Amino acid sequence: MLIFSLIIAVFVGASAGYLGSLMVLEKMALVGDAMSHVALPGLALGILFNFDPLLGGFAFLFVSAVVIWHLGRVTRLSFETLVGAMFTLALAIGILLISDVEALTEALFGDITAVTLPETIAAIIISIAAMSLTKIIYKKIVLSMISEELATSTGVNVARTNLLYLLLISLVVAIGIKITGTLLVGFLVVVPAAAARSISSNLYKYSLLSSIFGALSSFSGVLLAGYLNLPTVPPGPLVVLSGIAIFLISALIKWVSKL
Amino acid sequence: MANHNNTILKVSNLNVTLSNQTILENISFELKKGETLAIVGPNGAGKTMLFRTLLNLLPYTGKIEWTSKVKIGYVPQKLSAGDIPISVKEFLSFKNPSDVESSLKSVGLDSKEMLNKSLGVLSGGQLQRVLIAWAIVDKPNVLLFDEPTTGVDLDSEEAIYKMLSELKKENEITVLLISHEVHIVREYSDYMLALNKCMTFFGTSKQITDPNVQNIIYGEPVCLHPLT
Repeated sequence: MLIFSLIIAVFVGASAGYLGSLMVLEKMALVGDAMSHVALPGLALGILFNFDPLLGGFAFLFVSAVVIWHLGRVTRLSFETLVGAMFTLALAIGILLISDVEALTEALFGDITAVTLPETIAAIIISIAAMSLTKIIYKKIVLSMISEELATSTGVNVARTNLLYLLLISLVVAIGIKITGTLLVGFLVVVPAAAARSISSNLYKYSLLSSIFGALSSFSGVLLAGYLNLPTVPPGPLVVLSGIAIFLISALIKWVSKL
Repeated sequence: MANHNNTILKVSNLNVTLSNQTILENISFELKKGETLAIVGPNGAGKTMLFRTLLNLLPYTGKIEWTSKVKIGYVPQKLSAGDIPISVKEFLSFKNPSDVESSLKSVGLDSKEMLNKSLGVLSGGQLQRVLIAWAIVDKPNVLLFDEPTTGVDLDSEEAIYKMLSELKKENEITVLLISHEVHIVREYSDYMLALNKCMTFFGTSKQITDPNVQNIIYGEPVCLHPLT
């Protein structure tokens, strides 16, 4: 039902935009994009062994996040390097495991047209939980970006906070796959925040606009796909196009305000 | 616990080793309430590491005894707020949302003008003052300043240290500061501790202009308390 798809789009888009706002600040935009591909082998296992592919995707994202977090602490390599090393491997394994072309297309590009009521409720709960938990650690993460020493000196456990954030972003990316697929889900955590960044002067406005832009681009993309109702046009690319339109408008506003 | 004779900090036989490299070796000193101690020494001497150890951010052996009612305000050497859309008000509110305006006033900044400014657009002098406001916003009794006037012009530097002196007098704050500036150490601190991995000098700050002392601080390191 289209109404379920639209509800999921709003909640998942808002939460991905909100969590993505931290990723963009941390200059980890590409990490968000790359992380989404890590889910593919998990989706493949779900398809192969007949369980919900999104559970498999989340499990792979979750484990990858922990491994990346641990390797980052041990090797002092950047998140970008570690995720970059992992994601192409995951993408290759995933494509090798999925032999069914239709299932592969759904995993890569998403399919939000056939969602059920329980899936909708689950997506709403997960989105609200991820946003609420992120709100608690949002300032701590920003403070650690400004100065890790400053954050630690005020009692922030930077490593634990980062781990929790990675887990939450894994969760949101996993449910975002339903809307856009693994190839495009990185968009949801990067572009709405990038659009908000160029027209925000404080954190409150920035995080709020990131959520609104995320919800708006997902909603309009899914609505447009429902309206067009073409089997060859999945919602994912339309969500991306809507978001890019918002990004261009915000860039234009920024440009005009500088004149 | 350091609680006798107004002692606010007592450090005994402090050693820090990271990745099998000696960072600090056999450091011992005491600091009383209201005193200012300048930490001096060449680059790589372990000055910032000493601060990080005092803040319990690094593993160490030996003893660091703070008085029981200590509340520390810390101003780091570097911040990277350039790309982060965070206003001065939001930054200071992290620690104490109720006292933001008065802490800005204490460091000589107009709160009406500053509150909604983004940290990334502040001048070097304004940013340092905001950092000091950050350090004092929850009313600490000890301030740790790691080169608080790096990247600030001379006039602003003088103004910042004068303001620090005033704050110190008004609130009887104990200050530990890292500085490379001889005149700052001489004018604004009571004692100085010279580091070069180990302690090479401890004495009154007026002595910093003595060529022999300068030679001890910046010359070949000779430890005051060598390990046997």
